Parts: sequence; C-alpha cells; structure tokens
Amino acid sequence: MRQNLELKVNGQFYEVFVEPWKSLVEVLREELGLTGVKVACDTGDCGSCTVLIDGKAVKSCLMLAPQARGKEITTIEGLATEEGLHPLQEAFIEHFAVQCGYCTPGMILKAKALLDESPDVTEDEIRAGLSGNLCRCTGYVKIVEAIMAAQEKIKQASPGKKV
Amino acid sequence: MGPFEYFEPLSIEETVSLLKKYGDKAKVLAGGTDLVPQMKEKTTRPEFVISIGRIANLDYIRLDGEKGLKIGALTTIRSIEQSPQLQPKYGLICQSASQTASIAVRNVATVGGNLCNASPSADIATALMALSAKTKLVSPAGERIVPLEDFILGPGATALKTDELLTEIQIPSPPAHTAGVYIKYTTRGGEELALIGVAALLTLSAGDGTCTEAKLALGAVAPTPIRARRAEGVLKGKKIDQELIEKAALTASDESSPIDDIRGSAEYRREMLKVFTRDAIRQAAELAKSAA
Repeated sequence: MRQNLELKVNGQFYEVFVEPWKSLVEVLREELGLTGVKVACDTGDCGSCTVLIDGKAVKSCLMLAPQARGKEITTIEGLATEEGLHPLQEAFIEHFAVQCGYCTPGMILKAKALLDESPDVTEDEIRAGLSGNLCRCTGYVKIVEAIMAAQEKIKQASPGKKV
Repeated sequence: MGPFEYFEPLSIEETVSLLKKYGDKAKVLAGGTDLVPQMKEKTTRPEFVISIGRIANLDYIRLDGEKGLKIGALTTIRSIEQSPQLQPKYGLICQSASQTASIAVRNVATVGGNLCNASPSADIATALMALSAKTKLVSPAGERIVPLEDFILGPGATALKTDELLTEIQIPSPPAHTAGVYIKYTTRGGEELALIGVAALLTLSAGDGTCTEAKLALGAVAPTPIRARRAEGVLKGKKIDQELIEKAALTASDESSPIDDIRGSAEYRREMLKVFTRDAIRQAAELAKSAA
C-alpha cells in the first residue's frame, strides 16, 4: 500500500507516493530521477549509494525511504551551485580520479562529509575515511590525490569555513 | 522487500503495545543497517515493521559518576565512537565502535539494534561484555534488567520476549586504576566482520601493581561473545608479567569454540586468539598503570 512521503532533497521538497518497503536509493532514482546515486551491491558494502543526510554520509540502499522524512538529503546533483562545481568535483576532474564513474558520486559525497567534519586531514585519515566506498577501476591513488588537492583549495578559498 | 505494514510510534509505550499486538510477525527497525539487508535477502520477512527512529529520548550517553554509564538504545555507533565522555575510562567501547563496519553505516546503526542483532562477532557487544554491561528491557507489563551475557543467547538470538524493547544499556563504573582495550583482527582494513575480537579490562592495585581484577571478552570465536573466565582467573591476584600473559592467552584460546568460515578456519582463529589476547592484556596493563 503506497503512502504519501515528503522528502527534502538538495534543498527542494518533493512529495512521492510509494510503498514503505522502498529503499531511499530506489525512491531517489526511480521517483525523483536522481540517477547520480547508484545501486551496485545493494547490501551496504560498496558505497556507490552514498548520500548525505543532515551532512553525514549514509548508505541509501540500507535505509527505507520513510526513515529519511524530515531530513536534509544531499545527492551528487546537489553539490554544484550557480557559481560552479564544488572543489571536490573540480579536483576529481583535474586529477583524473574518474574512470567508469560508478563509485564517483559516492566517493565525492563521502569525501565532502569527511572534509566538512575535519577540514584538515592527513592522507591516512582520508584513506581510512573512504573505507566503505569501493572502486574497481582506479586503485584509489587519484581519488586520494584529488581529495588532498580539494582540501587545499577549500582551505585557501575560505580558511576554517565549511564549503 | 515487503510487503509489510509500517509504523512509526513516537513512544516506548506505543512500540511495546504494537509488539504485543503483532508478536512474531513484527520486527523493530532502528537504524536498519542489519534489518534492511535481512529483509532484502528474505532471511526475515516481517509483516509489520515498527520503526522506532522517531522516539525521543533514546539517544543519549549519560555518565552518572560512581554509578556508571547509561547509553540509550538509539545512540548511533558513530556517536559512541566520537564521544569524549567515554574517554578514558570507557575507551574500549569507543575502540570497538570505531572498528565496526564503516563510517556511513555507523552514522545510522544504533547500539541497541546491534545488540539485538546478536552477531557472534559484534564488536561493541564484546567490549560491553568485558565491562559487565546490563540491558534494560521494557514491555507493557513493566521492565527488567538482564546482564548482557544472559541477553545474547546465540547467533541472532536474544532473551527479548516478543513484546519487549531494549531501551538502555547500563555499565557499572570500573574501579580506579582500570583500563581496557578492544582489538579487532580482520582480513582487510574495514567494513568487515571480526575474524576474532578481544576486549581486555584490567584493574591494577595502586600499591604494587598486582592485577586485582581482570575481564576478558572474546568475539567471533563462539556462538556469542563470551567471557574467558578461566583466563581471567590466571591473571587475577597476580603480578602481570610476560609469562603470566602467555599463560592467560593460551587459556583464553582453550576456552574458545570457533568455527571454520569464510574469514578463517577454527584452527587459525584459536592460534590468532593466543596472539591478540596477549596483545590486549599487555596493552590494557600498560594503560591501567597510568589510569586514574
């Protein structure tokens, strides 16, 4: 039995009419057309379904859609602004941190959550922070480089300020 | 998944009344990081899902001085990991939390849900067992306190009656000069179940450094996390030295009953238990020396 559900995604309110057993990732992709968030393992291991909920990284394949009501959901589509791409997005491009691209939205959002919480992390802390997000293409080298570079850019742009 | 009817009670009373009404056909949804995969795999097929995430006042970490620590069942594993209140006295709880799954899972997973899932390798359960934690279970008839050791009964099995909800974990305050560690041995770095887990909590006397109290809990080497009581007996009342540590580690390994699984063989687990129990005791003893 479908129920009304209001979700706030990337600053916008949406009303969907879905069964309560739909996962958040299913609703984001199929009801809202936000296909930047991916489904790969669907068991909460690979991290390609990563979104931000109230600024924290969450695996959206592990959450029933109604659990997300009343929260601020951010998908990769919500990162860029009118001024342009987020420094993380730019850095991933500049440092060739994208191959097939499937892990990329999850990686960028995970990295954003990491840097928002701790604007000054070491490479080891970045690697530990990416635990739970898998990449089968890159070997993580360029991903970590991109995040290190983005961290610098963010610090220079507005020292001590969350982007 | 599904079909199921979905409830979002706003109180414990409403929840346990729903549990009483629907009994075995209902499942409690806290964070969902264990229940949702199980529903997808159809290892559990509830007709009624009672989502308790919106119940107020179940997310807390409360220090009560001498009386100890109380943790609300809806406290996320990430909150526990990052709680400054738990340092240094209850630091091994943070260590166990920090090594559970991954950050994105810990942001959502709750300590209550983790305990009710009753995994034999549950990191937090192992650490809490070394701290002699108790669980508070609430039903329409009232409430009862059950020691964690008696709460987790087997893989996926707990002492919860069908109309009961775990609402709080209570940990007695360790005596002075006590310190603990939790070591998790895994085949890879993160987002992995323990091959073995060891929690060691030692109390050293202020005078001559004799071990006055020793608690050892082992995870992933039995149907539930277990206390290695014979190994504890080896340490208690004695001065901790290399030889004693080795003896305790061998004893702990003897007390275990691991199985072969995809992460390792029973034989390998018994061997590694010797290594990591030794490490855990040594580290806990070092910390206890300088503990207030």
